[in-house]
Amino acid sequence: MHELSLMTNLLDAAVNAADGAPICALRVRVGPLSGVVVEALRFAFEALTPGTPAANARLDIEETLPAFHCPHCNMDFSPPALHYECPACGAVDGELRGGDELELIAIEVPDHV
Amino acid sequence: MCETCGCGHPHDSSPAHDAAHAHGHEHSHDHAHDHAPPVRTLNVNQPALALNQRFADQNRGWFRAKALTVFNLLSSPGSGKTTLLERTLCDLPGSAAIVGDLQTENDARRLRASGAQAIQITTGATCHLDAHMVAHVLDKLDTSGLRFLFIENVGNLVCPASYDLGETRRVVLLSVTEGEDKPLKYPVIFRTADLVLVAKCDLAEAVGFDRAQALANIRQAAPKAQMLEISAKTGAGLQNWYAWLRD
Repeated sequence: MHELSLMTNLLDAAVNAADGAPICALRVRVGPLSGVVVEALRFAFEALTPGTPAANARLDIEETLPAFHCPHCNMDFSPPALHYECPACGAVDGELRGGDELELIAIEVPDHV
Repeated sequence: MCETCGCGHPHDSSPAHDAAHAHGHEHSHDHAHDHAPPVRTLNVNQPALALNQRFADQNRGWFRAKALTVFNLLSSPGSGKTTLLERTLCDLPGSAAIVGDLQTENDARRLRASGAQAIQITTGATCHLDAHMVAHVLDKLDTSGLRFLFIENVGNLVCPASYDLGETRRVVLLSVTEGEDKPLKYPVIFRTADLVLVAKCDLAEAVGFDRAQALANIRQAAPKAQMLEISAKTGAGLQNWYAWLRD
């Protein structure tokens, strides 16, 4: 359940960015190779937000796809789970360029604050 | 205060829970709310592990300054990490270990019997080591004559995968008693491995280990990783392991 400590980090970043304003929404990007379970992240959010500026906030999760780059074909590809080989040449040394992210993209705060 | 150790590092000040916006006033909203209240979007773009990454980079710098090669050992509980290290610390001069467990000093005690330094980190309820926990124990390490540092992570094939500790290389163990499909069930951690060790090979026949299937699964989940088969009990394959460590 490292989602609890990861969500604590995301909430800390959100509260810092809100600078005292109540938070209406958090937009979080999660990749399939991040090792994070989205349901566990939502559970952690529900558990951690009461009593904080994010108490009434919405959690918007944007799930990404794995993104690899083949250095031989100079091609970008998004392989299905557990198939990391380049679809053109079959090389397995593709460079991971996305899909392992877990980050707070943005927050929403009331416009009048 | 820091949740790991109470050290007061600024990164764990948990502002989320202290900085509640005072809302003593009433919002009068007599009109019907069929419109969404106006909001403003603030871009943040901060990784959840930004802080861990800072500590990991700091650790990496420290390791480099001390000319240490550092290995992060990951596996499920009971795959044989400690037994492998007991032998490795004996056979490889200039080695030391940091070992993480939720509770007890047992592993460090076992490893110290080799004569090498072994520092225990007890994580309490935390299911992984993070770079900050490692940073905290580095000053306990006598680095004179030290070349290799092994960090035995908490036994867990999920959470430790996400935490860079500043290691030079990452080793994931799969023991033959765990079943051939572990790499497919836990692909995230296997994908990050520089080396996959198939451990307890002396038990392969007794447990009906399907070697070909296991190697194919490792290849699929960790296509870039090297692979070695070992038995810390009989010593089979250990020379290859030591050669890889020295490489």
